Amino acid sequence: MLDLTDVSSGYGETQVLHGLSLRAAPGRVLAILGRNGAGKSTTLKTIMGLLPAKGGSVSFGGRKISGMTPFDIAKLGIAYVPETRDIFRSLTVRENLDLAARRFPCPNGGWTIDRVIELFPRLGERLQNGGDQLSGGEAQMLAIARGLLMNPRLLILDEPTEGLAPIIVRLIHDKLAELKHQGLSMVLVEQNFGFATSLADDVVLVSRGQVVWQGTSAAIRADTDLQHRWLGV
Amino acid sequence: MTADLGFWVLQTLNALQLSMLLFLLSVGLTVIFGLMHFVNLAHGSLYAFGAYMAASLAGVLGYWGGFLLAPLAVAALGAVLYFTLIRSQRRAGPMAQVLITFGLIFVAVDATRLIWGDLPIGIAVPAVFEGQLALLGVTYPIYRLFIIALGLAVLAVLTLVLTRTQVGAMIRAGVDNDQMAACLGINVERMFFLVFVVGCALAGLAGAVAAPVLSVTPDMGLQILIPTLIVIVIGGLGSLKGAVAGSLIFGFVQTFGAVLLPTFNSVLIYALLAAVLVIRPEGLLPAKG
Repeated sequence: MLDLTDVSSGYGETQVLHGLSLRAAPGRVLAILGRNGAGKSTTLKTIMGLLPAKGGSVSFGGRKISGMTPFDIAKLGIAYVPETRDIFRSLTVRENLDLAARRFPCPNGGWTIDRVIELFPRLGERLQNGGDQLSGGEAQMLAIARGLLMNPRLLILDEPTEGLAPIIVRLIHDKLAELKHQGLSMVLVEQNFGFATSLADDVVLVSRGQVVWQGTSAAIRADTDLQHRWLGV
Repeated sequence: MTADLGFWVLQTLNALQLSMLLFLLSVGLTVIFGLMHFVNLAHGSLYAFGAYMAASLAGVLGYWGGFLLAPLAVAALGAVLYFTLIRSQRRAGPMAQVLITFGLIFVAVDATRLIWGDLPIGIAVPAVFEGQLALLGVTYPIYRLFIIALGLAVLAVLTLVLTRTQVGAMIRAGVDNDQMAACLGINVERMFFLVFVVGCALAGLAGAVAAPVLSVTPDMGLQILIPTLIVIVIGGLGSLKGAVAGSLIFGFVQTFGAVLLPTFNSVLIYALLAAVLVIRPEGLLPAKG
């Protein structure tokens, strides 16, 4: 469904990805793991068109998307939940949800504002609050809900547990597991090894902007040497 | 003199009239900056172009013809500027933008000189707003009251659009974070164009309504630029509320300063600007993004 072939990318003159290749299969969850600075977030930003791919190509559903704008990539069905959540601070929670819902209506059983509130009831209590009045957990729920309202074919999440209390991390885990069982394809960047491998079907390890290992979640969980070598776990 | 109620009413109306004119100019500039991160120093030149167009068209079609068509002409010029210069320079950084739009000011001044000459052009107040109105013990020109009312009406419309409509929510989202807005499937490029052209039209409208009360001269755009920049820096970049607050502060300080502290008037607003920059560098009511 999503293919990155020999992708080079970075910030200005600084190259972070050096010929990275990976594949995310439909209906599965792929976790991208690696140490700080390995290029995990850069990979997601490059997929989303927020950073230009200077070499190689990114394709989605057989269509080349490298070179497209984030607007066009979003229209093709990729929803992005950034590490910084990027809730619109001058909009209320409802307005934040509305922005995505109106752009991607899905009449037959797709995500609606009522359905995302069922998934995250806390958001229902905060609809009239400003985007700048949310806790970290609430902001993460809103960021995921906003992504779901785009009725995406692929949801990509950057560090969804960062800075959250353990109880919220468990909640986010359970909700993402629910989405996985509903068949939503996901690509996940995460520092929390247990969180990532319990959700993901497939794992790629990234180091210095390249994929150094790929396999199943079960395989990396069983291989402590691999974990120690590439993740310091 | 200052104990007289009439004095306060008169100066308050003068201050409001100046504030509303500055609001029409600064609101476009600040929202363009907030959304596109684009510094358009030529915004004052668009105001001057609006005044000249209103003056020229008024000669043929009467005041209201100029009033309605001048903002459209400035919007059309804005669209041409957008596609030829602004869009390509949007990611070029502030230095390139400042240099290019500063250069545009000189092009605009010379172009107006070539077309309309150096002499100030006057334009008559429309018949319906001729004369004075007695108000709270003073008589005040009706046309100047119209400027205040027009500024308030534009403020009300913009507030409604920005807070109650989908387009308004999209613009606020874009000011907060244009990249995330694009990731949510919002066509930010189209929104940039729309906001830029509407901002230009408002500058043209400001020029058209100012034409009967100020002399229309080639350097009028340059003269209004510094006050407009002060307004958006004091108010806070990118915010409608900031443009309102900044315009009112500038209008009142300038007007009351001129009569109450004439010796210090020329430095008062700059002292206030410096104080705001030291205490609240982001301005009094900045956008939240």
